[in-house]
Amino acid sequence: MSFTEEQITRYSRHILLPEVGGKGQKKIAQAKVFVVGAGGLGSPVALYLAAAGIGTLGLIDGDVVDRSNLQRQVLHHTPDVGRSKVQSAKEKIFLLNPDVNVETYEDRFTASNAMDYIAPYDVVIDGVDTFPAKFLINDACYFAGKPLVHGGILRFEGRVFSIVPGQSACYRCVFPEPPPPGLVPSCQEAGIIGVVAGIIGTIQATEALKLILGIGDPLTDRILDFDARKTAFREIRVKRNPRCPLCGDHPDITELFEHEQEACQLQAPGALGIS
Amino acid sequence: MQITINGKPEEVQAGTVMDVLKQKDIDPHMVAVELNTQIVERDQLATTNVQDGDKVEFLFYMGGGA
Ligand SMILES: [Zn+2]
Repeated sequence: MSFTEEQITRYSRHILLPEVGGKGQKKIAQAKVFVVGAGGLGSPVALYLAAAGIGTLGLIDGDVVDRSNLQRQVLHHTPDVGRSKVQSAKEKIFLLNPDVNVETYEDRFTASNAMDYIAPYDVVIDGVDTFPAKFLINDACYFAGKPLVHGGILRFEGRVFSIVPGQSACYRCVFPEPPPPGLVPSCQEAGIIGVVAGIIGTIQATEALKLILGIGDPLTDRILDFDARKTAFREIRVKRNPRCPLCGDHPDITELFEHEQEACQLQAPGALGIS
Repeated sequence: MQITINGKPEEVQAGTVMDVLKQKDIDPHMVAVELNTQIVERDQLATTNVQDGDKVEFLFYMGGGA
């Protein structure tokens, strides 16, 4: 493939970087990234990857835009309330960069469709907001051998963690299973400062680009936690856990399944956090 | 004794990881625990001792994204 004059101008600030160059920009243009969830995390991920000139962006989300989403889900604008999230997303991405091939799936990501959905893609991004879905994405990427950039947000905090299956620690190496239902808030009722979705999502997009380009040190075997109240990052080194139920030496999990959906019941605020 | 919890030095009473969790008022089901960069399995929290100078990381679940 070769770039047009317009494309060379569009991507010139990438091409100027020795670590990217024309060669790297071509890698980006040929890469396929699958984003699960077109919401708080999915928005910045999709926008920045689209701006970067990603070849194909797959977006799956079965929801419609709610007015309460607009505080952080920057893919969606006021007139989109009530519309399909993936349709809304596709339009914004096209306006930003018509070079990007956007594949939309107005669907729920489930144990029965997960493998088919991720099969054509090079990198998967976790932009979902429930534990069952986060564990399902982790497991599906492990079985499919797809690099995954995990993300999580809650109130003023966020987390990013990259996983290269078979090489680095997976989500279950650290968290073998979801928390007991109702104990940890994962639903919208907990609240989220909108900008944290932007910070965590842009780091996820950065990790995806690094994985595609093969540059720098990926965020594998380290979990990066961010606290917006302190504007502080904390890096926790982790490693593959031989007792991991998925990628350990004697795995219990040998096929995809979905954990029970937690109810949106919260403990008293303050039950979380130790400081 | 003094240990480091999530990067901060803290004074705790000697004991197991479970004892430290209790002192910090943390439900063990809500965290993953790393002791000196090694994950401590939930079934070993009550049998793994924490020593003076140890580094403990508590990782809370973070499940949001939308
Ligand atoms: Zn694992």
